[in-house]
Amino acid sequence: MSGAGAGGRDVGHLPSPLRGGWPERSGGSGGGRDSVASPPTTPTPFPSPKGGGESGAATPGPDTLKQRALAAVSEVCDPEIPVLTIADLGVLRGVEAVDGRVEVTITPTYSGCPAMNMMALEIELALARAGISDATIRTVLHPAWTTDWMSEEGRRKLRDYGIAPPSPASGRRALFGREVVACPRCGSEDTERLAEFGSTSCKALWRCRSCREPFDYFKCH
Amino acid sequence: MVQVDPFPVRFAPAGDDKADAATVTTPTNSPLALYALRRADDALILGHRLSEWCGHAPMLEEEMALANIGLDLIGQARSLYQYAAELRADGSDEDKLAYLRDAPAYRNLLLVELPNGDFARTILRVFFYSAFADPFWQAMMRSADERLAAIAAKSEKESAYHLRHSAEWVIRLGDGTEESHRRAQEAVDYLWPYTGEMFEADASDRELIAAGIAVDPESLRDAWAKTVSDVLAEATLVQPAAGWMQSGGRSGRHSEHLGHLLAEMQFLQRAYPGATW
Repeated sequence: MSGAGAGGRDVGHLPSPLRGGWPERSGGSGGGRDSVASPPTTPTPFPSPKGGGESGAATPGPDTLKQRALAAVSEVCDPEIPVLTIADLGVLRGVEAVDGRVEVTITPTYSGCPAMNMMALEIELALARAGISDATIRTVLHPAWTTDWMSEEGRRKLRDYGIAPPSPASGRRALFGREVVACPRCGSEDTERLAEFGSTSCKALWRCRSCREPFDYFKCH
Repeated sequence: MVQVDPFPVRFAPAGDDKADAATVTTPTNSPLALYALRRADDALILGHRLSEWCGHAPMLEEEMALANIGLDLIGQARSLYQYAAELRADGSDEDKLAYLRDAPAYRNLLLVELPNGDFARTILRVFFYSAFADPFWQAMMRSADERLAAIAAKSEKESAYHLRHSAEWVIRLGDGTEESHRRAQEAVDYLWPYTGEMFEADASDRELIAAGIAVDPESLRDAWAKTVSDVLAEATLVQPAAGWMQSGGRSGRHSEHLGHLLAEMQFLQRAYPGATW
């Protein structure tokens, strides 16, 4: 949108329903649902791969199995943003071991994100490498994923990788308000949006006016 | 057993067409299944229409935008079809519902099946639909049905983004050049009679509305009208007078366009029954 972007109109002038604050909405992104209002915390940090004291066990107990599964799954990365693990991203919602079986729970970032299938496959492979074959991968929609679940470590890794991390507070105000996005290369806040949709569902394309570099912005969601 | 894929792509074995046909022409077996199916059909058909722009959009960034919006909608459709298939409990699944139903078994709005037309009409349609979908999913987050509420919480954020993006384009086109204004106004006039169907509720819907499961579309009319009139005014476009509205998609009476769309979308499964990746 090089031409239209330069001459494009920004959202500041849009009528109020589009800038934010639908009157009937209360309680932020959680709406009126109690369980939505208190999303689980990001499932990090995970225990280290070697908990110790398990080598002699013929049949690993639930704790050690869970620890092994956690360690294996926490290594899995987003196929599109390989510096982020699925735990950094907030996609990994839980790992449980019950009766010798492992259940991994994940939640999609965007409804149609095609990377989800790949992540599920990578989880299965990581578990197989750790010797765990009896596992189920469950996808849940509730509570809905938000960029607020991205860990601080994840934000730092994103910035180092050249992608501007999402604004910390998600919700309608951030979605429609005037966003300040710092350039991940030079740190300048003198930046502009080139395109609202980028190379993946979760990114938009921005440009830094100071260093002139274009960069991906991980959209606040 | 390890489940490799949370959304496995499975089709009936080849030669089982008859059983499938019987399955997928059954329109519904409960008000809730029909409700989920109708919303799934809306999202799938509009998502497919937007995917038709792939390789044809006026600029690369907008090509990515339309494809991304389409992807969101198809993702929403999958969640809704999965739910509808579970409720039907008739052996259908998301793929059978999408690929093995003929036009009369589809329950989408007429608005979403119309051909894309030019870029202005494409954008105006996303705008009219999103201006409804955004408050619709917001309200649905409070549904007594947990599954619908969960799907709504995901969809709402996506619809809000679609609304913002399309609204910006409506303003840019309407308040742009003479040609873009003319095309945008023609799109508004063409699409307007198809916007009324979004606010319909039949006896099946009203049963769910009374139970706190479905959203009463009438309660969204003011929010929709305000968004539309504000944006059209900003875009210097004239809002048509209220008048006669098209109807029929919700009960399976479609325009000729849906059959052509399905012929393309369903080609692979119809030509090679049971094909998998």
